[in-house]
Amino acid sequence: MGATNRIVDLNVNGDRRIAGVPTHYTLLETLRYVLGLTGSKQGCDKGDCGACTVLVDGVATLSCIMPVWEAEGAEVVTVEGLARESGPHPVQDEFDLNGAAQCGFCTPGILCSAVGLLERNPAPSREEIKEALSGNLCRCTGYTKIYNAVEAAAERIRTGSADGAGRR
Amino acid sequence: MSETGGGGESRPGGTDEQRVPDGRNSQSDLNLIGSRLRKVDGFAKASGKARYADDIALPGMLHARIVRSPHPHARIVSIDSSRAEALDGVRGVVTGRDMPHTYGVIPWTPDEHPLCVDRVRYIGDGVAAVAAVDEDTAIEAAGLIEVEYEELPAYLDPRKALEATGGEDSPYIHEPRKAGWNGNITKKVHLDFGEVHALMEASDVVVEGAYFFEGTTHAPIEPHCAIGLWEPDGREAGGLSSGGGLTFPLEPGMGGQPGKHEGGVPSSHGRLTVWSSTQVPHYLHRELARVLELDPARVRVIQPPVGGAFGGKSEPFDLEFCVAALAMKTGRPVKILYTREEVFYAHRGRHPFHMRYRTGATKDGKLQSVDAQVLLDGGAYASFGLVTTYYSGQLLTAPYTMPAYRFDSVRAYTNKPACGPKRGHGSVQPRFAFEVQLDKLAEKLEMDPVGLRRSNAMGGNTRTVNELRVTSNGFVECLEAVERASGWKERWRRLPFGRGLGVAGSCYISGTNYPVYPNDMPQSAVQIQIDRSGRVAVFSGASEIGQGTDSMVAYVAAEELGVPLDYVRVFAGDTDFTPVDLGAYSSRVTFMLGNACIDAARTLKRKVQDAVAGEWGCKPREVLLAGGWALFAPDTARKLPIREAFQLAEAMFGTLGATGWYNTPKDIHGSYRGGTIGSSPAYSFTAHVAEVDVDVETGFVEVKRIWIAHDCGRALNPVLVEGQMEGSAYMGFAEALMEEQIFKSAEQGREGLHNAPSLLDYRIPTSLDTPELESLIVESLDPEGPYGAKEAGEGPLHPSIPAIANAIHDAVGIRMDALPFSPPRVWRRINEARAEGKLKKPTAPGRPIEEEVHESVS
Repeated sequence: MGATNRIVDLNVNGDRRIAGVPTHYTLLETLRYVLGLTGSKQGCDKGDCGACTVLVDGVATLSCIMPVWEAEGAEVVTVEGLARESGPHPVQDEFDLNGAAQCGFCTPGILCSAVGLLERNPAPSREEIKEALSGNLCRCTGYTKIYNAVEAAAERIRTGSADGAGRR
Repeated sequence: MSETGGGGESRPGGTDEQRVPDGRNSQSDLNLIGSRLRKVDGFAKASGKARYADDIALPGMLHARIVRSPHPHARIVSIDSSRAEALDGVRGVVTGRDMPHTYGVIPWTPDEHPLCVDRVRYIGDGVAAVAAVDEDTAIEAAGLIEVEYEELPAYLDPRKALEATGGEDSPYIHEPRKAGWNGNITKKVHLDFGEVHALMEASDVVVEGAYFFEGTTHAPIEPHCAIGLWEPDGREAGGLSSGGGLTFPLEPGMGGQPGKHEGGVPSSHGRLTVWSSTQVPHYLHRELARVLELDPARVRVIQPPVGGAFGGKSEPFDLEFCVAALAMKTGRPVKILYTREEVFYAHRGRHPFHMRYRTGATKDGKLQSVDAQVLLDGGAYASFGLVTTYYSGQLLTAPYTMPAYRFDSVRAYTNKPACGPKRGHGSVQPRFAFEVQLDKLAEKLEMDPVGLRRSNAMGGNTRTVNELRVTSNGFVECLEAVERASGWKERWRRLPFGRGLGVAGSCYISGTNYPVYPNDMPQSAVQIQIDRSGRVAVFSGASEIGQGTDSMVAYVAAEELGVPLDYVRVFAGDTDFTPVDLGAYSSRVTFMLGNACIDAARTLKRKVQDAVAGEWGCKPREVLLAGGWALFAPDTARKLPIREAFQLAEAMFGTLGATGWYNTPKDIHGSYRGGTIGSSPAYSFTAHVAEVDVDVETGFVEVKRIWIAHDCGRALNPVLVEGQMEGSAYMGFAEALMEEQIFKSAEQGREGLHNAPSLLDYRIPTSLDTPELESLIVESLDPEGPYGAKEAGEGPLHPSIPAIANAIHDAVGIRMDALPFSPPRVWRRINEARAEGKLKKPTAPGRPIEEEVHESVS
């Protein structure tokens, strides 16, 4: 109420989305409350926890502190956009296989950070994985199973091994 | 998944037993149980499809905001919401007077109002709530609600709170429950077992220490969120104008009798639905009905996936009452999402404990007598505090034999957010103190602390000094697992100065034998319905909060009914659809829900076996259900797809459904007042070794690695058990080194204000802070657990903290008796030790002191 609105023209997960939003809206608010893409989470609303992380032109970005108009002209990928036509992204599948998601609330942001990492560094060391995920707080796992999942996914992408679907 | 299913040929006929505890873990040919399996909700969570409370939007939904007290202790003189109500877009306001009944998760201490009525007791206490068409308007309106306060003296230190007299200058935080009592005391417990004084006197060595455990909070990544929906069923939903009480009609006399609906049901025909990020939908259901004076049969609580809880969502909160009341008042759905700051005020986290311990032992290290005094800093409300006060003493009596034990525990109210249950409720703090005491004792006796613990281990099938019944016990195996994995024998006391190893052990409950409100009904239940397609639907009352509850029941149902895992659907967390389970707390779910699910599944399994046996002309027990098939045990080449087996059963018995339930044993508790608290059907055991690096120049402690061995009875899915062990050890590590829920003093400018209500300033570990965590599962096969399983969610937190404290001592010779082991605090201890000439590697037992000299600081 009382807020001024503006029209934003976004590219989210490959879809062109045009929406009217209050001027002060962040990318996260627009994704969640205007576009219905609720996969990205709000944990702190000030850039502390990383649950809102999305990829903006391939770079892991805190959508809760990014004014939505800054995302215009960029390719935004959220957790909903990670899966491929052939099935889940290897990082998603390995998260599932390795028990890397417990409550799952930090998971969408961590997946985006991990995918962003693997796209620029296909063979990260464990230290590099820790560094890349250090902006994403997880309160459940102690991170160990998340590292295992990212390492396994990196291996799968590198070796081109199809998927883990045959595995329980 | 294999189509034929493995094993099965030797399945004993004993699986036909029903509700016989001993039969439940007898299977040696499990197909799924014990395998590394996916979770049933794993992909939903890895794809953004899981819908948490704040992901839900209802048509016409309003957003509300709660107005909170800026004072730690004050009387409410007046509340004027007229300016807020006049704001364009505002649809309703509620205050404490709209909801006059008190509530509390423990029925003996209902000391909270949904919104404060005449007094606020901490900075952040809720006083009013306003609903508007959007969140921005609600925030603006909340700022327009004018509350006039008359400030009262505040108590931040529990020792000061105990000195209050109740007079004008020294008011109690709560009215005393009886005349002459101190209104600042929630609960006092004094329990005494064995000859404490005589055995202490007779001990060859006595160690005495004072310890402080700083409060910490859960900090789930998902903030609390609730949505209320009121369906008036043709009747008026309530006026849009506010100012008076709620407008729903009531039977005469209902108002004064919270919790008593026997005398008739309220005449309101409306139905209330509340979605909440709770871990106790049943208790929320009870309290919503009681406080809002609704017929419980017309209240529905839905628990969506919960984004972390850890005990922090295990009782009702103001937001749930407010969304309900505002929905009833406005006739529109209402949502409240806490800000991160509000999550810190909601709290219910770890109590700060001030502790003193005396521990006596013989010269060969046998424990003789333990004497404890504990002061719990409770915050503004009781929460689970009555139980916490008992737990602060009751849960210390295993895994070591203790001939005599006494504890004096007092919980004081203070003007801070209420403390409550955090993972390892009430027993993490005393465990820290006690395991450091043991380390000091070992040092004094020149013993290896692993050996000292081993020699005092109580073993299985015994009773503790306070009469807890211990059955399965894998503690010694845990101790030996971490001893081996860490290279303890070669490395303890032998690492270079600055690097150290420490050990600690612990024990925890697998649920409580007595529910929080007295009743004789089952603690946990499931309903299973199967049909001719082969599909198995499990309706589970339990609360999935990330620990894997929904998956666990799916594994059990698939195991028992022989279907592939993806034939199982789990429906959970909805009080309209599922039988009652008491909630995700006290590590009760796997034990109780697992047994309930086995119970229901075996009822159906017998029908399927009977039907197939009729078809084949064999004995029912010769029919195996496994891997998607019904198989003839003597010759497994003879088989039917499970779907056809279900069809035979559906033809023979009609539509197939069964309920199953579990209730705890009620005849095994201690024969004294309070003896029921701490009584559990089974106990888990844990041992940790931590390795640390201490920088003596900065006081910075780096935990390199924690080896975690945990006796979970049987790991139903080792992936999930490891996840609980690693998450627990992480959380303990975090409390040891980083976290503190602390408040500003008057001298700091704002008495009682939370010091750091954000995830930046309240420091929880990132990936770069967290040590390597190594899980070592120990399986003792509990006689009453489902397939022998016990808890894994809380026990493995306990030893982290004392293991780290003991490792710091091994590294540089200082004792850390107060949490957290933050650089300033460690640095001060280092400087004190340096001044006393004690900053050096401690002496190893039986080794000449000279050997140590080259390892100490120059």
